Amino acid sequence: MRHLFLFLPLLIPLVTAVLGLLAWNKPRLQRMLGVCGTATLLASAAALLVTVLKEGIISAQAGNWPAPFGITLVADIFSALMVLAAGVMGLAVSIYSLADTDRHHESVGYYPLLQVLLLGVCGSFLTGDLFNLYVWFEVMLIASFVLLAMGGRREQMEGAIKYVALNLIASAFFLAGIGLLYGVVGTLNMADLAVRLRAVPHVGTVPVIAVLLFCAFSIKAAVFPFFFWLPASYHTAPVAVITIFSALLTKVGVYVLIRIFTLIFIQETSTGQPVILAATIFTMMAGALGATAQPELRRILTFCVVSQIGYMLMGLGIMTPLALAGSIFFMLHIIAAKSALFLSTGIVSRLTGTTELARLGGLYHKRPLLAALFLVPALSVAGIPPLSGFWGKLALIQAALGTGHYLTVTVALGVSILTLYYLVRAWSEIFWKKRQGTDNDEYHHVSPTHRRQMLVPTVLLASVSLLMGIAAEPVFRLSLLAARQLLDPGSYISAVLGVRP
Amino acid sequence: MQSLILSTAIRLLMPLFLLFSVFLLLRGHNEPGGGFVGGLVAAAAFALYSLAHGAEAGRRMLRVDPRLMVAFGLMTTLVSGMLPFFSGQPFLTSLWSTFPAPVIGHAGSPLLFDTGVYLVVAGMSLLIIFSLMED
Amino acid sequence: MESVLAVVIGGLYAAGMYLMVRRSIIKMIFGLALLGNAANLLIFTVGRLTRGRPPHVLPGELMPSLPVADPVPQALILTAIVIGFGVQAFALVLIKRVYQTVGSDDQDDLVAENRPGGEE
Repeated sequence: MRHLFLFLPLLIPLVTAVLGLLAWNKPRLQRMLGVCGTATLLASAAALLVTVLKEGIISAQAGNWPAPFGITLVADIFSALMVLAAGVMGLAVSIYSLADTDRHHESVGYYPLLQVLLLGVCGSFLTGDLFNLYVWFEVMLIASFVLLAMGGRREQMEGAIKYVALNLIASAFFLAGIGLLYGVVGTLNMADLAVRLRAVPHVGTVPVIAVLLFCAFSIKAAVFPFFFWLPASYHTAPVAVITIFSALLTKVGVYVLIRIFTLIFIQETSTGQPVILAATIFTMMAGALGATAQPELRRILTFCVVSQIGYMLMGLGIMTPLALAGSIFFMLHIIAAKSALFLSTGIVSRLTGTTELARLGGLYHKRPLLAALFLVPALSVAGIPPLSGFWGKLALIQAALGTGHYLTVTVALGVSILTLYYLVRAWSEIFWKKRQGTDNDEYHHVSPTHRRQMLVPTVLLASVSLLMGIAAEPVFRLSLLAARQLLDPGSYISAVLGVRP
Repeated sequence: MQSLILSTAIRLLMPLFLLFSVFLLLRGHNEPGGGFVGGLVAAAAFALYSLAHGAEAGRRMLRVDPRLMVAFGLMTTLVSGMLPFFSGQPFLTSLWSTFPAPVIGHAGSPLLFDTGVYLVVAGMSLLIIFSLMED
Repeated sequence: MESVLAVVIGGLYAAGMYLMVRRSIIKMIFGLALLGNAANLLIFTVGRLTRGRPPHVLPGELMPSLPVADPVPQALILTAIVIGFGVQAFALVLIKRVYQTVGSDDQDDLVAENRPGGEE
């Protein structure tokens, strides 16, 4: 019954989405379904992680067609961890949406779409087939297009069009890469690809395909120089939607980059190391500089998303177990910490009706808890010990020093300081300085139920970030195990194909 | 748009279209055809009807909400995929009946899956077409 | 045959790219559709062209008589076409909404009143 654990993270969101479709005009039922569905997803993700830890990499063949002919689902520790993160984020955002979603969004299918998005994300994490990955990407993208364009406001339309156009170009690149790869190798099963490509030196088309796929996934992951669509579109969506987008969608891109460049294109990873590290450096800098220049909180945070992508890619550029473990730890940390930041931003905007820094201020006296809820993840993202961001960055920087990438280290540290600067500046603008203009300190009324529904997921995610900092050891050991598995493609291949190459 | 030719023709063509869509669905079991094209042909029938008589009339003709068609279609495919779980096999494994049924030959869970696809495709296309024709 | 298809694919990519950089949103969507079709044809071409040899296993045999056309690229293209159909249908609904809100098909009109720090 092991294969059941692999299918459950896909079946649960799908079933929930279908039930949500059936309950179309019953918003109350839809909300309940959303929370129950994501809670079940979280439970199944935890079960999957436990199974993978106990039994090693597991795989299942959809339709019982043996690999490499059928579609394979694979879970190693890395993918199980990411599915778990998707479950946590799904639950947190579903709860938060109870308070923050308006009638209009509910009436056009917000909750079922959220489930479809989670389906696409979990599918991308679990699939072992390159073309199947394309299908999951598109599932995810169609859901995200609709979620982004849902409000129908002018700026949302603008954001949605940029998002649609850039992501469709990425999909076209991806598809072309898949086609060429099939023409060269004759298979699309990732394990089989790894077997066939590891034996021969990569000449001719293979490096070109690797670059094509690198570009396609870099667009999805918002890596320099392909990041510009992200700050242009994300800030227009409702807070719950941006939270789940920034937590999961870009991470799917990073996950796939790490997966295929540690499994299939190993030779390109070592020859292309300077390119990957350059992309890393510029991504960090571009995001941080962009965030420093912005006067509005949501824009600051979307640029911050870009900047943090750079750190996640660092592990791939350095390719030692410590560096990859650092990247994985950092991904888990940033999903929790950045989402807590976004959610508390949502509470701020709900209370004050704005996210422009100039019009905010003085919130500390009225809402000290909220101030703490913003400050803790902010410091964590900046990498202040003992919070989670510090350990991720420590591992990455240690790995970079160990391999002599001093420029990368310098930039990573500089960007950390810049991150600290702009997040603390934002904090002091929102909570500390006196509020300008209108001297009434009245805030919008938020009903106690809504307040609880907004605070619970925010506190949950902030404390995950805090816990990951204080008890970093077990999480880091898990990341290290995952990194070792990634660097030993043999175990992945034998789990899928059944033979040790 | 009012076209006498279209509105007269579609009255005669509609049953033919729907019959053909079911034929395609069943034929897909062994030969070119299948749920996807079948669903598209069924959707085309209703789309042409709506072009002739308006989206409102098209919806009345369809009787069921296309959204429900999508939901039931997805449900059907899910059920057909989950059937093998009962015999301990992975998701989507095909199960075949041992005795031949009339007309279609050996029936199996892929036919159920295809029926689901038929409903999803027809429902989804009509959902899009109706929403483009209205408002 | 391959060289003809290669020229067609190149032409489709070029036309798609040209349309993508136009200001009109609808032309951009057409460009995206062309890019998708070019990628599909690319898969078809690199998957080796074999005419008139469907990969059927005749009754009583275990294997089709070689050479046969590879069914995988065709299955991939079919899937990609279906997905492209869905995405383009959505994109059409989106530009219809854009046209209703903005009253224009020009991407510049979409941006003009909407700069950061500008009046809401």
